[in-house]
Amino acid sequence: MICNEIRLEPMSVDATTVRRIAHLARIAVTDDDIPHLQGELNAILAFVEELDTVDVTGVEPMTSVTPMALIQREDVVTDGGYPDDIVANAPMTEDHFFMVPKVVE
Amino acid sequence: MTDLTDLTLTEARDGLLSKRFSATELTKAHIAAVEAARSLNAFVLETPEHALDQAAASDARIARGEAGPLEGIPLGVKDLFATKGVRTTACSKILGNFVPSYESTVTSQLWRDGAVMLGKLNNDEFAMGSSNETSAFGPVVNPWRREGSNLQLVPGGSSGGSAAAVAARLCLGATATDTGGSIRQPAAFTGTVGIKPTYGRCSRWGTVAFASSLDQAGPIAKTVRDCAVLLTSMSGHDPKDSTSANVRVPDFAAAVARGVKGLKIGIPKEYRVEGMPAEIADLWQAGQDWLKSEGATIVDITLPHTKYALPAYYIVAPAEASSNLARYDGVRYGLRVPGQNIVEMYEKTRAAGFGPEVRRRIMIGTYVLSAGYYDAYYLRAQKIRTLIKRDFETVFQAGVDAILTPATPSAAFGLAEMQTASPVEMYLNDVFTVTVNMAGLPGIAVPAGKDGQGLPLGLQLIGRPFDEETLFAAGQVIESAAGRFVPPQAWWA
Repeated sequence: MICNEIRLEPMSVDATTVRRIAHLARIAVTDDDIPHLQGELNAILAFVEELDTVDVTGVEPMTSVTPMALIQREDVVTDGGYPDDIVANAPMTEDHFFMVPKVVE
Repeated sequence: MTDLTDLTLTEARDGLLSKRFSATELTKAHIAAVEAARSLNAFVLETPEHALDQAAASDARIARGEAGPLEGIPLGVKDLFATKGVRTTACSKILGNFVPSYESTVTSQLWRDGAVMLGKLNNDEFAMGSSNETSAFGPVVNPWRREGSNLQLVPGGSSGGSAAAVAARLCLGATATDTGGSIRQPAAFTGTVGIKPTYGRCSRWGTVAFASSLDQAGPIAKTVRDCAVLLTSMSGHDPKDSTSANVRVPDFAAAVARGVKGLKIGIPKEYRVEGMPAEIADLWQAGQDWLKSEGATIVDITLPHTKYALPAYYIVAPAEASSNLARYDGVRYGLRVPGQNIVEMYEKTRAAGFGPEVRRRIMIGTYVLSAGYYDAYYLRAQKIRTLIKRDFETVFQAGVDAILTPATPSAAFGLAEMQTASPVEMYLNDVFTVTVNMAGLPGIAVPAGKDGQGLPLGLQLIGRPFDEETLFAAGQVIESAAGRFVPPQAWWA
């Protein structure tokens, strides 16, 4: 199914949208979670609705809170060479590789 | 003989340098205080052996005449700062028993200057909260209680462990972080001093990220001067953080006694919110009177976009959080819940690892960044952020040196008192502090009085970018007039 993503009119989410967001966020939800999540998300969306009343014509969106140019450096390797440290906290590793469930059948 | 834990950081430093006591003695006194105060749940990990090793090294350096600016000073570290070889969790189940192989820049500078680490401090999970009740380790209890009441109160959040530990005299200062008020609100709730410096003043490297364009580290301590000493060590340019500012770090403590003569202090009318308790309005007036009597000029100002700051924050911060927290996927570190395939593994891991508030914010962030909604929410919020910043710029260009406001809309509330409230009601705690993060400005919270039930209340001063010095100077005037605020008795010990 292709959602009509351009329709912005409802500033509240339905149960289907809650499931879709949860999936996009990679968070498992149960049927029991949906009603309260829907209520909470809608309360927050109602709270931010006030922003629609602000005239933002001609206003530049903020990209940096302080007036600084992003610092550039030489495109060279400056770090690395310690695979033991990198995998030290991983739940499953083998030979300095992270192990995950089979991705390709 | 005063108990060593009653000293301020500055007094302790003088005592160490004049050899009235040793760093080991000072550290032992604080370790004992930490152990006796476990009922407050301020520390999520105690590191006494580590502290005693550092203290012994400090004593050796003091003996050699090589003492650093924080030599032998016992501190607590918010569990959002990565500490090498010491478990760092952001108080989330999803990080499990994560032990970093590296040290955050901010804490590395504290150890460089001789400080001693007593342990890791509790906070709201991933710093998302205003009461420290979202921590996977359970809530922190405020060392303050209402007069004649045994009801347990929250210390505020997200740096609730830092604020409670300082207020309860468990450490001489603590690191903290502030994304929407997480240093200043808990400082106000516990009668301590907390400063969020200008965005870029402290490196974010090695600090668990919440909302990268808003997050800043800063100290919580017993006095304005102690905060100034700590911030001097914590600040400075770091090539490992591309948003770290390459500007000179002044000796902030040198500005503390500067006074406010000739300064223009702005009072924004938009902060006089409907239903503001009379005691907070009175406190705000008292603050103006104290600054005026020391030679400052008080002027009325307007920051017209103030009321949009909190809703805009609740788009920008969750959006950035949803992106930052995508890294917790059960692959490289922390918790993993097995699944039939990789997506199921991700989804189960994240459902089990994140608490309800964090899940809620990730979902809001995911929604406002999703295709078709980005312009309506995120882009619009970033434009409003430009307007909020412009409000401040206009006022500063008109010659205002600092802005005085209340720090919080109320004193500390009871544990679980807000349980039935909607998330939005909890968010209102940050109504006075969040504008400062949105504009990247420095803000300090200084205790200034008590409410009718004997609980501390704070005032906030907001400064120009990179002018924390004026905040320390004006903050000291408030502290000198209002006095210090210490919990009446150590009922927890």
